Amino acid sequence: MTRKRRRLYFVGLGLLGLFSATALMLTAVEDNIVFFFSPTELKARTVAPEQRMRVGGLVEEGSVNKSGGTVRFTVTDTVESLTIQYNGILPDLFREGQGIVAEGRMGRDGVFLANDVLAKHDETYMPPEVADALKKSGNWHPEGATAQAAEAKPATTSN
Amino acid sequence: MENLAQYFQMGGYAAFVWPAYGLGLIGLVGVLWLSLKSWKDAEQEFSGLKSSRDDGASS
Amino acid sequence: MHKFANPTFFMKIANGIFPWATGISILCFAVGLPLALIISPPDYQQGDTVRIMYVHVPAAWMGLMVYGVMAASSAVFLIWRHTIAHLVARASAPIGAVFTALCLVTGMLWGEPMWGTWWVWDARLTSMLILFFLYLGYIALGDSFEDQERGDKAAALLALVGSVNLPIVHFSVEWWNTLHQPAIFGLKGFSVNAAMLQPLLLMVAAFQFYYIAVLVIRLRAELLSAKIRTARFNLAAAE
Repeated sequence: MTRKRRRLYFVGLGLLGLFSATALMLTAVEDNIVFFFSPTELKARTVAPEQRMRVGGLVEEGSVNKSGGTVRFTVTDTVESLTIQYNGILPDLFREGQGIVAEGRMGRDGVFLANDVLAKHDETYMPPEVADALKKSGNWHPEGATAQAAEAKPATTSN
Repeated sequence: MENLAQYFQMGGYAAFVWPAYGLGLIGLVGVLWLSLKSWKDAEQEFSGLKSSRDDGASS
Repeated sequence: MHKFANPTFFMKIANGIFPWATGISILCFAVGLPLALIISPPDYQQGDTVRIMYVHVPAAWMGLMVYGVMAASSAVFLIWRHTIAHLVARASAPIGAVFTALCLVTGMLWGEPMWGTWWVWDARLTSMLILFFLYLGYIALGDSFEDQERGDKAAALLALVGSVNLPIVHFSVEWWNTLHQPAIFGLKGFSVNAAMLQPLLLMVAAFQFYYIAVLVIRLRAELLSAKIRTARFNLAAAE
């Protein structure tokens, strides 16, 4: 009986130690785990001119400017915003109001030069008719807020 | 017929949707088959072992 | 509680559950698959790629859950030395590994058209890949020891240590910026429309009962193998 009890304490304490150690370690290396920085976070950091990094945010409405193969648009986290220049194929989900992540480096003129643009999808899933109904009824809040809007209006979402 | 062809195109994403389901099928059926096989094999080996032990006892 | 540790009693219950689990799983697949593939609507942004979610999300949840079962029964084995608990973990590992692999592959098939990339090293994808490697490590470790008992203990210890990865997978999308979207199931309920939630939950149930059914089959095989080992040992001792 006592041996089982001892093993129980040993496993319990071992797991406690392991989980705390991992938590501490992850906190210490947080900068390497985050996949991208928001424009606000980027402003707070000192960035070497040729340093490769990723920035993420929402594509600002009306900011997309295509000329030839080059696209210029602004991403925002609603506080700060950043202009991005990109030369290449945009993912299917890329559109105004959409979350995106751009990989590249900071140009000298403050424009972010992207080598790659990825679309970020949110956790909201709904049929097109429901999205239209929400837009019509004025309950449309793109990016994240749509989830709550869809729930607040069960009459329009259940079909 | 045309509707069916259109359905299988999955709005242009056929190359992604169908492999996802195909691999799902292969994975689940594969594990099930291997599990059933290991059970049957073990059962056969066990009964073989039992009969050989009985033989050993009688000889 | 410890009477469940008796293999005969445990298998009596498991064999009783088996036909039910098989039946429910088949039923859920029979209803869920037509809903997932035909009846449910396309998404307003993702179009028909949303159908990949009906395989991806159940596979992901099961990959995590099965590892949880493995870690918990490994703890029971290490503390109370119940062989049946170890066999549950051992029998679960290949099923969980396939669920996790399926989650990774279907995720890639969704990521390419939607994100614009097959793979990124963000916290969610990386921690899920680590989960897959943990499964592989567990399977490999159990068979790599000359001494069966030591191999069992080493594998159980690995399962237990690896459980630190489970909260990391789950919370990765909240703790850090990731490309992967946050969980669809949060404190505010589901952020998925009812027409899509139905096939999703049916597929989750189908996967869940599939796991239980296959686990019982694998347990029968594991117990028989254990009996074969004992019989061989006795045979050798008698000669």
